[in-house]
Amino acid sequence: MAKFGNKGAKKEVPGLTTASMSDIVFMLLFFFMVTTSMRETENKVMVNLPEASEVAKLERKDLTSYINIGTPIASLQRMYGTDARIQLNDSFKSVDEIRDFIAAERDAMSEVDRQYMTVSIRADADVRMGIITDVKQELRRCSALKIMYAARKSAE
Amino acid sequence: MSKKTPELNSASSADIAFLLLSYFLMTTTMNQDSGLQRRLPPIPDENQEVQDQKVNRRNIIIVRINSADRLFAGNEPMDVSFLKDKIKEFLVNPNNDPNLPERSPKEIEGFGTYNVSKGIISLQNDRGTSYKAYIEVQNELVKAVNELRDEFAKAHFGKAYLNLDSDQQAIVREAIPQNISEAEPKDVSKN
Repeated sequence: MAKFGNKGAKKEVPGLTTASMSDIVFMLLFFFMVTTSMRETENKVMVNLPEASEVAKLERKDLTSYINIGTPIASLQRMYGTDARIQLNDSFKSVDEIRDFIAAERDAMSEVDRQYMTVSIRADADVRMGIITDVKQELRRCSALKIMYAARKSAE
Repeated sequence: MSKKTPELNSASSADIAFLLLSYFLMTTTMNQDSGLQRRLPPIPDENQEVQDQKVNRRNIIIVRINSADRLFAGNEPMDVSFLKDKIKEFLVNPNNDPNLPERSPKEIEGFGTYNVSKGIISLQNDRGTSYKAYIEVQNELVKAVNELRDEFAKAHFGKAYLNLDSDQQAIVREAIPQNISEAEPKDVSKN
């Protein structure tokens, strides 16, 4: 019985090496860090985007300004009512203030990029067209002509 | 013999990384911004004469959505599901119908001459139209044009539009333009 001779040293199952686990996790971490985009503004209006099947992807996110249109969120309804409002950056604005907003956004871009500036209209599906028409007219007046109607890709 | 430096215990580094990972997992938003892209017409100059506004009657189709979200295409009520075929027929004009838009030969660089349709889709809406209905109709219009482009691409290049290279896509875009005009808002209270 030479095989089972040394009874004193018990055979142990080798422990799992956890040293490489951190590498794997870091890899995942970097993936999420790269792909993540922090929401820079707080949503003050409820926006449930309409669905469309023919949507195109937005190419340059950094050249896009967002105009949110919808009813104020529940906690703000006591102050602002339930009528559809326009949100620019962090606060409710009127249609006339879009001009300043566009000018400020344009100033923040480099000269070359200004012509590619896109305004994304993120409007709730239940909003009436009146307010959107007003916004569109105002955008035409500021000659911000490239727009996008934000929509979700519908599941066929 | 020099003293051995104790090894760093790396067992907890995985925990730290997990913590960070879960933070980014929570905060990340993977949604791609997508939507229907449009180009608004510039505000017409007030001094400019409005003579080039005149478009031949047959070349224009008026798609109207009223305040109750009912759709009218070329003055007849219509369901959204039929709009696409109507628009395609309008843009293709297969039987040379004198009531449908004319097609005029146009020299396209890198392709040759092609009879490009002169049709324009004029989309009108009421202030009370819901955005949802508006986008639905817009989507249908884009779909009609996209399908025509696909057919053109398949017929002449043997591939779907999206699989063409950018030069070929430009040719297709020129052959089948997307002429959707979002009309000037009209004051409804006046009439």
